[in-house]
Amino acid sequence: MSGAVKAKHQRLVLVIVALAALIGAGLLAAWALRSQASYFYLPNEMVSAPPAPDRAVRLGGMVEKGSLKTAADGVTITFVVSDDKSRVPVRFKGIVPDLFKEGSGVVAEGKRAADGTFVADNLLAKHDEKYVPREMKDMTASQARQMGEGVK
Amino acid sequence: MIATLGLAALWLAAALAALQLLGGLLVLRSAENPLAAVLRGLAAVQGGLVALSFACLIWVFVETDLSVKLVAMNSHSAKPMLFKVAATWGNHEGSMLLWVTIMALGGACVALFERRLPEPAIRATLAAQAFVSIGFYAFLLFASNPFARLNPVPADGQGLNPLLQDPGLAFHPPTLYVGYVGLSIAFSFAVGALLTREVSPAFARAMRPWVLGAWVFLTLGITAGSYWAYYTLGWGGWWFWDPVENASLMPWLAATALLHSVSVLAARNALRAWTVMLGVVAFSMSMVGTFLVRSGVLVSVHAFAVDPLRGQFILALLALNIGAALTVFALRAASVTEGERFAATSRESALVFNNVMLTGVLGIVLVGTLYPLLAEAMGARVSVGPPYFNAAGAIFVVPMLLVLMAGPMLNWRRDRLSRHIRKLAVPAVLLLLIGAAAAAFGVKLLPALGLALGLALIAASLLPLLGRRLRTIKLALWGMALAHLGVAVALIGMASDSAFTREKLIAMQVGQSVEVGPWKVVLKRIDPVAGPNWTALEAGLEASYAGTAAWQLAPQSRSFWTPPQQVNHSALATRWNGQLYAVLGEQTEGGRWQLRLWWKPFVTLIWIGGLLVALGGFLALLGRVASDIRRLVAIDKIADRRKRQER
Repeated sequence: MSGAVKAKHQRLVLVIVALAALIGAGLLAAWALRSQASYFYLPNEMVSAPPAPDRAVRLGGMVEKGSLKTAADGVTITFVVSDDKSRVPVRFKGIVPDLFKEGSGVVAEGKRAADGTFVADNLLAKHDEKYVPREMKDMTASQARQMGEGVK
Repeated sequence: MIATLGLAALWLAAALAALQLLGGLLVLRSAENPLAAVLRGLAAVQGGLVALSFACLIWVFVETDLSVKLVAMNSHSAKPMLFKVAATWGNHEGSMLLWVTIMALGGACVALFERRLPEPAIRATLAAQAFVSIGFYAFLLFASNPFARLNPVPADGQGLNPLLQDPGLAFHPPTLYVGYVGLSIAFSFAVGALLTREVSPAFARAMRPWVLGAWVFLTLGITAGSYWAYYTLGWGGWWFWDPVENASLMPWLAATALLHSVSVLAARNALRAWTVMLGVVAFSMSMVGTFLVRSGVLVSVHAFAVDPLRGQFILALLALNIGAALTVFALRAASVTEGERFAATSRESALVFNNVMLTGVLGIVLVGTLYPLLAEAMGARVSVGPPYFNAAGAIFVVPMLLVLMAGPMLNWRRDRLSRHIRKLAVPAVLLLLIGAAAAAFGVKLLPALGLALGLALIAASLLPLLGRRLRTIKLALWGMALAHLGVAVALIGMASDSAFTREKLIAMQVGQSVEVGPWKVVLKRIDPVAGPNWTALEAGLEASYAGTAAWQLAPQSRSFWTPPQQVNHSALATRWNGQLYAVLGEQTEGGRWQLRLWWKPFVTLIWIGGLLVALGGFLALLGRVASDIRRLVAIDKIADRRKRQER
């Protein structure tokens, strides 16, 4: 490349470089999304078609009444997330969100352990009537009613 | 009364904007049109009217005039004054009025002060600005009237979302909006330049201060928002790749690219079509961000409006503005001739590389943000988080930072890398040594890369200043070096936070102690406390660092009563080398209290770096504006002298 880009078509070269980078970014994004996007599971789906053990996913459902227990260390809790068909035990270590309680909805982010327990690193609860995790918004509309009845 | 005045001023301003658009278009046809003379005046008066309208809205909030629906919905008489004022924009309608206010004031500033461009280009710019504004006036007046009234008047307001009751609300949204909307000026300049076929270095020099200004405010707004989220949410994180954060990052990435390409156009008359395109893209990203945040497609604390009509309205505006701008671009791009050539090793090439990489990151963020929405439309529920953004973003950021070490030293047009090898040896050695050390100590790949690149970049960012007499260095050069230094500093903070953070989660009784990193923390007491509109449980923590002096921390768990909501209020102890972060949880069995503690070495560098970047931008802006003013004064003097001689 001694000195100047010799081609008369420097503009064309630049356009091609930019397009290549953008297409590259798009392909890279598509590839990364396939492996990194975390999918949303209902308890029933989690039981019937569980995700691979190391895959980050989200689990959404109702916290079953009477299932919430605190371990001896005072900061680890276990509870069961259920829908009308299935129940999934969940373990979480941390400070629970303010509106997290039995009988209300929750979205847990984390991974499914080999023994079938869902190990959550983060819990999303209904924050107030203005801020609801997006999965829960649908959930409350479609399933919560039946779930609520089932749990009662 | 005040509310009526505000609404009237807003309608009048909208009418003036329509006149400004009509005038701008007619003048474009023939310069003899009588509207030509008043076009600048129209823009200035419009700015004044909208400012008046916004002042009226602040007034009704300060007075807590509950006959105004917006006040009744978002304020409360018992709220501290700061939050009464800040609540003006802590809601959908008020924030859109703030948007329009900044847009109109920006237009007024262009009309009053812009003298570098030929008059036709200014008129076309003002017409473009009016075109964009009219859409937002319509949105405000027809779909989000901030002055709508309530009858009967309620006894008291519903209060402001407690998460927003923070001094951050006074600062973060206005700065971010100045940045978002400031880019509309760059957009209008770009469209104006296309319409009048004036894509030239003069156009770039005229546009540059506006881009710089908007970019400085965007940087400040994002930095402030990040720190606010960090201390208020109690999760110990400073960036969540939340779609709302991405909505502010995307315009910033585009503006950063624009800032660099506009320099090439100004100095070398190259990258002409590309710069214009970026001008269009940057503000388009602002509008995409607004659509994402305000339409209700995302559910977050930022999404005030969950009214589908509003989402559709913003989407239509977005399509109209971007569509119109791209049409103008498509029609005129062919007439934008190719700029000056440059060699593969040159300042221009380095900046092209910067632009391509930034665009790549922008693409990654855009795809990652929109993908869940698209997937949901097709029935799959997906969320995209840090593993995607960090890895995919790094692929573009790392090469960009490597080139950044050499780029600012290269000559325009043509250079040889061998001239700079000796200078570059310092950062190169730093890069290798620190990278190797980090790897040896088992630091993960991305944080290790961050530490090595950051420290090497600190050295490299100062290289362009080497060998110059300090007093002769221009302000703009200081600004560039400082901004690049800021990037390095922030990078070190991010890497250090993710590599060295120590965390402790524990349930403890009063009197017990716990160690986290070099800190020893004792739980001294749990007390009830009361604020102006909340009560709280407060933990008294005494923390000592490596056995020395004691810090007092008081994290609270606050209960607000209007609206009723619990909010964790974290506590921080800041040392020069990092922060101790404490959150109080609930009481559990055995009278124990949950505490979450983090020791985050050098985490503060993230925001210090952000501030340095903004300060660098500000210095550059100051330097550019000062030299512009000097040039104008000189031109005036020459013109005066000529007149006198003619006499």
